[in-house]
This record gives sequence, structure tokens and C-alpha cells, in this order.
Amino acid sequence: MSCTDKETCTCTPAGSLPVDGEASPGIEAGRRAFIKAGGAFATIALTPTVTLMSFGGGKANAAQESLDPKARWGLLIDVAKCGTGCSECVSACQKENGWQDTGHPETDAQWIRKVTVKNPKSGAVAELPVMCQHCDEPPCADVCPTGASFKRADGIVLVDKHLCIGCRYCMMACPYKARSFIHETLIDQKPYAPRGKGTVESCTMCVHRVDRGEIPACVESCNLTGGGAMMFGNLNDPQSEIAKRVAELTSTQLRPDLGVDPGVHYTYL
Amino acid sequence: MARIIYREARSRTFLWVFMALMAALVVTGLSSAWYMEHHGHIVTGMNNGIVWGLPHVFAIFLIVAASGILNMASLASVFGKTTYKPKARLSGLMSIALLVGGLSVLVLDLGRPDRLTVAMTSYNFKSIFAWNIFLYTGFIVIVGAYLIVQMTRSWMKWTGAVGTFAFVWRLILTTGTGSIFGWLVAREAFNAAMLAPLFIAMSLSLGLAIFITTRLLLDYGCGDRSLGTELIERLAKLLGIFIATTLYFQLLMHLTNLYSAARGGVERFLLVEGGIYPLLFWGGFVILGSLIPMALVFLPAFNRNRMMVGLASVLVIAGGLASIYVIVIGGQAFPLNIFPGMEVSSSFGDGQIQHYIPSLPELLLGIGGWALAALITLVGVKILPILPVEDNVTLNAAAAAG
Amino acid sequence: MKQRIRQVLATALLAVALGAMAGISWPGMASAGEASIQVAAVPAPAIPEAKPGTECVRDPEFMRRNHMDMLKHKRDLTVHEGNRLPEFSLNECIACHAVKGDDGKNVTVADSRHFCRSCHDYAAVKVDCFQCHASRPEAGDTALQSSPHGMNVLALSEFLKGVQE
Repeated sequence: MSCTDKETCTCTPAGSLPVDGEASPGIEAGRRAFIKAGGAFATIALTPTVTLMSFGGGKANAAQESLDPKARWGLLIDVAKCGTGCSECVSACQKENGWQDTGHPETDAQWIRKVTVKNPKSGAVAELPVMCQHCDEPPCADVCPTGASFKRADGIVLVDKHLCIGCRYCMMACPYKARSFIHETLIDQKPYAPRGKGTVESCTMCVHRVDRGEIPACVESCNLTGGGAMMFGNLNDPQSEIAKRVAELTSTQLRPDLGVDPGVHYTYL
Repeated sequence: MARIIYREARSRTFLWVFMALMAALVVTGLSSAWYMEHHGHIVTGMNNGIVWGLPHVFAIFLIVAASGILNMASLASVFGKTTYKPKARLSGLMSIALLVGGLSVLVLDLGRPDRLTVAMTSYNFKSIFAWNIFLYTGFIVIVGAYLIVQMTRSWMKWTGAVGTFAFVWRLILTTGTGSIFGWLVAREAFNAAMLAPLFIAMSLSLGLAIFITTRLLLDYGCGDRSLGTELIERLAKLLGIFIATTLYFQLLMHLTNLYSAARGGVERFLLVEGGIYPLLFWGGFVILGSLIPMALVFLPAFNRNRMMVGLASVLVIAGGLASIYVIVIGGQAFPLNIFPGMEVSSSFGDGQIQHYIPSLPELLLGIGGWALAALITLVGVKILPILPVEDNVTLNAAAAAG
Repeated sequence: MKQRIRQVLATALLAVALGAMAGISWPGMASAGEASIQVAAVPAPAIPEAKPGTECVRDPEFMRRNHMDMLKHKRDLTVHEGNRLPEFSLNECIACHAVKGDDGKNVTVADSRHFCRSCHDYAAVKVDCFQCHASRPEAGDTALQSSPHGMNVLALSEFLKGVQE
């Protein structure tokens, strides 16, 4: 549901409602400056393989009115580059979203974790990050009784905590153990990552950053200080870096046999 | 055939004492729920690996039994077995009581029980859970209507129709409850269509076991003798058939899983290596909960003895709890198979058996649900004309008439 | 006779009771909106004033009546449709309505001076927003939308200065 009729919408003061995709006057100045700086800034200050390149050329919006329903945000993880013992992605996620290790691994939330996979026959070992796979047909969304667990039009799977009753059925249903339940009262949450006792949560693909035109914290940190194994982008845009790589490399998804079509792809697994 | 007369239960000390005890247990249950809600689920044994614990075992037990206990009434109204007609009202009352008890445990264990209104107004109809909410509340209304129809002279002719409606609804409801687990692709211990018929079979055996136990207790408490020898024997054999059916479905489910190489691991865990789970399955469900009761109910030496049949029923109840524990908690304890064929480890418990130690608040909440069901039953028989008089006369007259 | 006396007494009692109620509440009704010292058992809320020169998305009277509906409506737009415009952002509300405590830092909802609590405590309506949402802006967060978050704020602001010159 979105307000498109300026006459009947009572949310915004008259005159400041966005007209045909333009932002209200107050934002325009800031946005113009940001866009000007954004392109140059990204190519110079950040390493070339990431960020704006991964977007397939989309403009960076400071504040958007709605998501892009034609996009499908996804991740591509190069397992060969994922370093042994490196957990930059985990630390970055913790810092960005405000969850941490309190010494109780069984009840602590974990949005992303490093999994060590060993082939028992050959002895080969690999490490890779596992997080919510943002499936195209998420079992968690199918089973949620209130509809709190849902998939956004742009492919990001979220928990609408206004509707979550904490029944944990989605945690039973997730094949990837992606979801965590919050077992205690929380204080001083990050403003862009609301989380509270009695509800279920999981990796949001840093939706608050994606909506600003940025990339998830894990991808950013992996490329800045980690092994450069993670890439983010729009899988539906054939011009995007991620779509091209998925098309040309042999990549796989976790448990593809389940048919849920995760948005996270792994190469060299 | 003599017309059956129903009356409210006579006041007996036993009844009052039992009611007070149940009320006290309900209060402890509510206090536990408050404690869990206030401090968060950190005070329970549940964690990110075992998300549904003891409260859910109790809740599922109560809900499944609620559906099955209506069978007594269905036998009378739907299948025309008039021998069971005097039992119909108690069966209906207990059906509602058990369901309310089970639902209260389920709701109070939610992470956000204050959001019950959200659960009642916002629905995702792809979820079997959402359907169950309608099935459960609808069941209470329908069985309530069934009781009213039986108790109102001018509406008695509708008993058959409403009874049949309740019977069908009950089958759908139990299928829905089984499918909560059966429709999960993620877990190897679930994801079986067999769970729905298994739950129906379980409902029949657990329902009848609870009915027999309650009826015997009420007889003792009110000084009645409503279960004569003939009837006890019939009920015992019926219980035996239900036990056998449940055992059959359980064994078939495990055998099917064992045949698949992929599920060998989870079956080995549940049936052999898992510690508490094989113990509860074989010792609790198979031996104590199925084989011994079957001996008691089928052997002529025992099945006309009220104490023995009562004992068999109690063992079936214990076995039922054990098997639900294995299904619900054992099914979660086995790690998810994200990387088939590989050995995995991580900081989030990947590849490891999930641990669960039930905590006291969970146990008290579960028992509180049971106590609530008992309390509703006791209050119901006290204020409504539920219990029949001259039960034995009716039965013997029918037998004499041929 | 006794019946008649009882009727008269009852009517008189009723009249006195009604009169007392009217007498007590009339001054309050006449000066609605002001704190009436005779009747207020609870002090009227001390709502933190807005910073001079700032304006909420709607006027106070409208907000007092409708902020709950606005919040409920807009949160769906943000969560489900990715609407991050400032007038739809709870963080903007919280940032603008932040109240500083004794130590110079913004207070959380645990402090009774928090903006939302100043009215909600008085009205005795519990809000559960802050079970999940942060009740104060993050330290160093400026209220407006164009400040990007993350690791490179300083570098970006330097660059912006360079671009604008």
C-alpha cells in the first residue's frame, strides 16, 4: 500500500509530498550533493571491485521512496578466497547491527557465521560464511502464521517485528539455521537495526544500507580488510558484475535440491 | 431402552480438594509464564537450536488428546453405538477442556504473548499454523454447540448432524497438527506425510486413555460406578486397537526413514545413539506405552479389572508424552544437513547435536495446562448436567434386550 | 409515610452527590488544558519543547490525536516497501525529539524525561516500540538524512567540501 493520491494522503504536510519521484525540497540539495560526490568518491576511495560497480550502475539515493521491485539482491561468495580464521564479515555485521557474543553460544543471536566444512573422505577443508540465504521461495515465509516473515519485492527476506509473535515456527522451517530468537531484554539497539526480546531475527542483507544505495557491511569489510571473497549486487540486472559472474562461473547454492532458490551463491565450494 | 438422566456431580470432599489442587497448579503455571515472559526465554532451557521445548510437548499432547477424546461421543452420535451414548457429554466437555489447556500453554510460551491480538487478526494462509488457529477455535465452538444440542430437549434431533460435523472437523484438525511437523522440508526427522495419520492414531489412543482414567477417577470421587465390567472390557480392547495402530504408524515411519540412506543418520540418532531419545522411544513409548498396555488390555486375565485397565491407560499417557518428546525435541536436536556428506562445525552449532535440558518454569507451565484442563472438567461436571445416572442399568438393560 | 421519607432522602442524596461532582469538576472543565490545582492528583505532563526554528511533520494538535495511526501506517511502508523518506522515518522523529539528560547525552526511554514517556506516563498508555527500536539517536548521529553511516564519514565529508568548492 503506498500513498499515491496527494489529495487524500494525510501523512505529509501539503506541498512537501514528492512529485513524480522527486524528493521534497529539503532533501534535494543534500541529495544532489551526495550524488555528485558519490560517484567520484566510490571509485577513488574504495577498492575497484566493489560498491558502485556491483550495483550495475544504479544511482545512489540518500533516501528513497520505495524499493526497486525489479531487482533481486543477492550475494556471490568465492569460497577459495575466504580466509581460514578470518571473520571480518562477522565482526562487521555485529558492529553494524548491534548483536554480539555474550558468552552463551546456544542462545546468542548469530546473523552470520563462519562454517568450517571438511570432506571426510578427502580431508579437504574449506571455510565460508553462512547467513540468511534470502530464498526466492522462503520456507520461513510460508510457515509464519501472522505473515511477519516475508520476502520483499526486491528479494530481501525480512522479519516484520511489528507482527512477529515469537512462535519460532520459522526457525523450525529454515533449512539453513539462519534465524535467531532473542532470549533477553535488549537495550541500546542500533537505530537502523531494531531488535527486541521475544521476536525472531536474521540477516537483513543490511536492508537499511541497501535502501540507501550502499552495500551490506559484511561485503564491505570483506573487501576492505578481509579476503575479498564477497560480492553484492542485483542478480536480475544482466549488466551487473554479480550477474555476469554467476553466468560465467560455476557457482552453486546451499541445498539446491530443496528448490527454495537462495539468493546467495557460492563458487569453488 | 431407559432414558438416560444426567445430573451435576454431587459435592464430595475429594472433588473440592482436587479442584483446589488444580487451581493451585494453574496459578503456578501462570506465574511461570509471567516469569518467562518478563525475563525472556533465557530462563528456559530452549535455545536457538531447540526452539520448541517441554511446553510444546505438553501442548501438543493436550491438543492431540482433545481431538481424540471426542471419539466416545462420535461413536455414539456418528456411528450409532448407543452403548457409548451416556459418555458423550463428558467426552465433549473434556474435549473442550483439553484443547483450552493445550492452547493456553502454547500461547503463554510465545515470545510475545501480548501480541495475541495480532495473531488473531493478521493471517498468512499459506501457513498451516494460521489454519490451525481457525481449526482450534472453531473446534471449541462446534463442540460447544454439540454439548448444547445434547442438553436441549428440542434440539436433540440435531445431535447426529452436529456430531458428524465435529467428527470431520476433528480429523482435519489433527491432520493440521501433524502437518505442522510433516510439512517442514528442512528437518529430516519430520517432512513425512505419515505424521498426520500418526497424530490421528495417537489422538485416538491418548484420548481414550485419558477418558478411561478420568472416568475412573470421577467414579471414585463421586461414588459412582459408571464403568461396569462389560464396558471396561470393551473400552480396554478398543484402547488396544488404538495403541496397535499408533505403534504401527510410528514403526512404519521409522522404517521408511531407515530405508533411505540420507536419513540413516537421524534415525540412528533417534533410535540408537541419541541418549535420552532412544530411551524414551523404546523404553517409554514402545515398551511402557504400547507393549505392556496391550498385554493388559488384551489378556482376559486383566482386561475386566478396572485397576489394570486404569493402569494401562496411565501407561499409554506416559508413553504418549515420551513419543511426543522424541518427535518434537529429538527432531530438533539432530543438526540440519546444510552440507550433505560433509563434516561441519561453526560457532552456531552447525553439525552438532543440539542440547536441551528442560527447566522448571517450562515444566510448571506444561503442568499448568494440564491442571487447567482438569479444572475446567471438574467445574463443568459440577455445574452442568454431564454425568449420567443409572449407567449400569442402561447397559444391562440393553444387554438383556439382546 | 416512611416510603415517602426514604424517597425524599434518596433524591436529596443523589442531588448532593451530583452537585458535588459538578462543583469539583466545573473549574477543571472551564479551564480545560490548564493544570487545575484543585483536581490534578497527577501533574500535567512536562512535554519537552521543540528546538526553536524546527517543525514537526504535522502540528501538535494533529499529532497528539493521530501519531499512533501515522506510526502504524508508515512503519508498513518502510518495512514492506522500503520507503525511507525522512517524514516516514521513526529515527527522524526520535532524533528530532531527543531530550538531553544531565550528562549531556540523550536520554533513553528508561528516563522519565524521554519525549514519548512525558505524555505516555501521564496517559498511562504503554508503548512497546522501544522493546525493539532504539529510543535515542546514536551518538554522533545528526538528524538529517544525507549523512551516510559506516566507516568513511570523515572521508566523504572532506570530499563533499572539495566538490562543492
